[in-house]
Amino acid sequence: MKDRLKRVDVILGNYNDSNKYKTLGLCMKRPNQQIIQDLLDSGLKGRGGAGFLTGLKWKFAAQAEGEEKYVICNADEGEPGTFKDREILTKVARRVLGGMGICAKVIGAKKGFIYLRGEYKYLVPQLQKEVDEFHVHAEILGLDFNVEIFLGSGAYVCGEETALLNSLEGRRGEPRNKPPFPTNNGYNGCPTVINNVETLVSALMVAKIGPEEFKKLGIQDSHGSKLFSVSGDTPRPGIYDIEFGMSLSDFVREFGDGDTKAVQVGGASGFCVPRKKFASTTIGFPGGLSGDSLPTGGSMMLFNSTRSMYRVLENYLDFFEEESCGQCTPCRIGCQQLKEGISAVKKGERPPQYLEQLLKLSETMKITAKCGLGQSVANSFSSIVINFREEMIY
Amino acid sequence: MEQIISVKINGIDVSVKKGTSILEAAKKVNVRIPTLCYHEDLCIAGNCRVCVVEVDGYRNLVASCATPCEQGMIIKTNTPKVRTARKDLIALLVSEHNTQCTTCYRSTNCELQDLASEYNVDNDTYLNICKKSEIDKSSWSIEKDDSKCVRCQRCVRTCAELQHVNAVCVAHKGKDMKITTFMELPLNEVVCVNCGQCITHCPTGALTERRYFDDIWEAIGDDTKHVVVNTAPSVRVALGEMLGFEPGEIVTGKMAAALKKIGFDSVLDTDFTADLTIIEEGHELLSRLRKALQTKEETTLPMITSCSPGWVKFIEHMYPNHLEHLSTCKSPQQMFGALSKTYYAEKIDVKPEDIVSVSIMPCAAKKYEANRPEMNSSGFRDIDAGLTTRELAHMIKQAGVEFTELPNSSFDSIMGKSTGAGAIFGASGGVMEAALRTAYEIITGREVPFEKLNITPVRGLEGIKEADIKFENVLPDWSFLEGVTLKVAVAHGLTNARIIMDQIAEGKSPYHFIEIMACPGGCIGGGGQPIPTNDEIRKKRMEAIYKEDEGLELRKSHENPEIAQLYNEYLTSGPLGHKSHKLLHTHYRKRNRY
Amino acid sequence: MSNTSMTVQSLVKKYGRERSSLLPILQGVYDNDHYVSDEAMVEIAKQLDISSAEVYGKATFYHFLDTVPRGEYVIRLCKTIVCEMKEKEAIVKTLENLLKIKVGETTLNRKFSLLYTNCLGWCHKGPAMLINDEIYTELTPEKVEKIIAEYRNR
Repeated sequence: MKDRLKRVDVILGNYNDSNKYKTLGLCMKRPNQQIIQDLLDSGLKGRGGAGFLTGLKWKFAAQAEGEEKYVICNADEGEPGTFKDREILTKVARRVLGGMGICAKVIGAKKGFIYLRGEYKYLVPQLQKEVDEFHVHAEILGLDFNVEIFLGSGAYVCGEETALLNSLEGRRGEPRNKPPFPTNNGYNGCPTVINNVETLVSALMVAKIGPEEFKKLGIQDSHGSKLFSVSGDTPRPGIYDIEFGMSLSDFVREFGDGDTKAVQVGGASGFCVPRKKFASTTIGFPGGLSGDSLPTGGSMMLFNSTRSMYRVLENYLDFFEEESCGQCTPCRIGCQQLKEGISAVKKGERPPQYLEQLLKLSETMKITAKCGLGQSVANSFSSIVINFREEMIY
Repeated sequence: MEQIISVKINGIDVSVKKGTSILEAAKKVNVRIPTLCYHEDLCIAGNCRVCVVEVDGYRNLVASCATPCEQGMIIKTNTPKVRTARKDLIALLVSEHNTQCTTCYRSTNCELQDLASEYNVDNDTYLNICKKSEIDKSSWSIEKDDSKCVRCQRCVRTCAELQHVNAVCVAHKGKDMKITTFMELPLNEVVCVNCGQCITHCPTGALTERRYFDDIWEAIGDDTKHVVVNTAPSVRVALGEMLGFEPGEIVTGKMAAALKKIGFDSVLDTDFTADLTIIEEGHELLSRLRKALQTKEETTLPMITSCSPGWVKFIEHMYPNHLEHLSTCKSPQQMFGALSKTYYAEKIDVKPEDIVSVSIMPCAAKKYEANRPEMNSSGFRDIDAGLTTRELAHMIKQAGVEFTELPNSSFDSIMGKSTGAGAIFGASGGVMEAALRTAYEIITGREVPFEKLNITPVRGLEGIKEADIKFENVLPDWSFLEGVTLKVAVAHGLTNARIIMDQIAEGKSPYHFIEIMACPGGCIGGGGQPIPTNDEIRKKRMEAIYKEDEGLELRKSHENPEIAQLYNEYLTSGPLGHKSHKLLHTHYRKRNRY
Repeated sequence: MSNTSMTVQSLVKKYGRERSSLLPILQGVYDNDHYVSDEAMVEIAKQLDISSAEVYGKATFYHFLDTVPRGEYVIRLCKTIVCEMKEKEAIVKTLENLLKIKVGETTLNRKFSLLYTNCLGWCHKGPAMLINDEIYTELTPEKVEKIIAEYRNR
């Protein structure tokens, strides 16, 4: 484990951008196979939270047969505590578009969408200008690829890629059964790559600096840097570009207010780490590390000792029971039962042992829910209930 | 070439075509996996999660209905992990459910109840979060009780895929997600055709038919009332399923006996008016053909049958500008109703206002049809109540009758005699076949040129069936039909009806005569039939119907002696005559499509 | 023809009759009418040739497509944890007092509706709220008073 916290400036940093779509231009002349191989070599994993290998996604879509293919930028950033994508789209939208352009070239897509959450509608005018400018550059570069901004209307679950597809197709934004996966059977049944905003920028960076350079940042299995959205009880809330592999104690030293009792890593669908585990927790994708390592979409919420973790959990569950699409049993009913359940324990209507029943329920949700939303409710639930049990009861 | 892959389920090797779901593969080796949102008739939803199983190497359980087998998969359907999860899921569904099973119409025929019992689910595992809601009793046909809804969306898929009506939808999300109608309006205010397919596809008591048997008991107990009952052709091949028989058993005799035990004053047959429908509708078709081909008068072809009230309401909503294609004939139920309070009343010398006319139907829409304002040509409500096959089974149980032990009885007279042509009305293609048997003979003086009169091209479960009948050596009166090939089609399920109607709307329909039934399989698969209904059961009921037909002495409507008597004594101006027109024909209304 | 029908028809002209146009059309109706009326949904159903129940099912899926009438300015205050920690309660009270309505309600003059919403993506500058499509962050009771006063004069 690297015992350090290295701030970098990869994603949002200022490069010499006089030639805005230089990397895309260079990629236009490179074989697709090579671009994919670079991505695979870089070990880049999706930055939305799930952490699928980006190179593999592109490879699948490139290999999939289909007359039409699509590239979709997932800008439905809704995870509580996350605001990095808004920052990226505000400051360096061209890099996102560049990443989309490279992907389009590699998989053979002519059409792309930016699925932007409705809450960010104010970004549209500026973003549309960037898109228009991108189209001009793409044409010059000989890339036949058109990008459209598509607005959501307030539904967290649409960040789940297949729910996003349904929403885009004019259906209810409910996740689909997988398989089939979008890389084979995505938008309108065609092969589709859906990447998070930040992933697309990182993919562009890999193409720009090469996999070797990219891999210099980060740790085993978690390469590169990551934008973290820091909020809560911190004197310095904001967006920070930090390389993977920092320990949570380093993070708290940097961002805490001196009284941090817990950090919620990865938003409401992530894990709550109590003070005693700060030192043993690393931020990065799991694998090959000692101690706990937590993947994250980049949300870091700090709580100090004045906060009730019961209230924190209740707030998350309130969020989930509203934002669940409601189609599958474990998620629709499970979220309600967890929320009503902790309340019943708190009020003494059910004995403290009922928490064990609820933990069991959260495990059921984790292994039976249809999509990532329902599966990940257990993360915050179990980590808060187990680590702050007394706060749940008294 | 289809790829064959092999997997292991609970240690048993099984080879399946690529794309086969784990659930289907398990069935092949007799491994039963419990399901709830799954239904053979519908697309896969994968939302109840009850059918989860364990697959080696997978972190999470997978829904077996929605997961295709992959080469080499090792699948376990009954591990502690699976059982615990399943039990938890069922407990969750129970916690959201109105568990007053003792007073539920679907009790003992409820898939959630079965699952909860099988997994011995404790009602108190989780908090009760069932939301209070009013039961929607606005429709003549269907009752909707949201407190019993498990959100499996089977009704939504049924209404969309089988019927293409989309009266019900999924609305809101998360904890508020519910199955509802446009703006959550009562069912009688939305575009719903009352077919009741949602009822037969509902696993619980959330959707049921509106029940009228208490009123019937009341009438039977009232000495001043003469209560007559008529039973539709498809009831006798399905009723047994609810009373101790396997699907496909013909229980006509026992049913007649049970109805008498219940106390109906006269037990009559809808098959009789089915025969009558053939006479009227057959003549209407011939008259339209004559106008089109000989006298060149204005008329509309193709003519489409109008026996199925779900279909009639469908065309009124969806194709209001094409109503002239519908035959003006009332359905057999309504012909029966009109005659029961006129012809029959005169015959037995009872005042029509003292007659209570009840029908037993495979159908939810018949309840609505009976209550259509125009259905009062006898001067009274022609049919006082339309009961489903299911309601009759309940009545038989309530009457304390041991159905399986009943000796066979037969229908009373008059209006109890029928032919095989009337019997086959209950299966998709039956009306067409019955009409052709009669029409061909009228035109040519010979029997239809099919072995044993079985017009097999219009039989079976295929969604749209077609047949060509060429007329040669016709009788002099029908010379304009010499050499003409009559093109007919049969459709069942409203999604197929839409295909036929779109053709008509585009002016591209090649047919002269079309039979359409709202429900898949026709009436044997009707919304009032025993639950479950699926293709396997539909087939068995269908086979039974054709067996009933073949076993009858008379198999052509025009040979029914009671029909002849009716025209001789009462409808003296003959088919399409003045009195027929008043009692046996109707008109339709335009309705809103959206 | 009613205004609603005309709005829908012009949106259909712009986005097309495919199913994928449904969400943009619903959003367009909302922007125009401040809610998606039953009349609008029936008109959309007609134009796209789908059932009105289907339109209703889709509209109600999204928090931002209310099917009950809302005010000209819809205030959506973030209620997710970090904003809650940053004294969201004081902001709600201020808004409720200023507008004389509770959360979920609309002022009598149909000028303002006050609603809660989930994370707006401004956790580092909470509490945050949207008024229609405009974002307001680092709210204080004083700031809120000024903002509302400004909207009142619009």
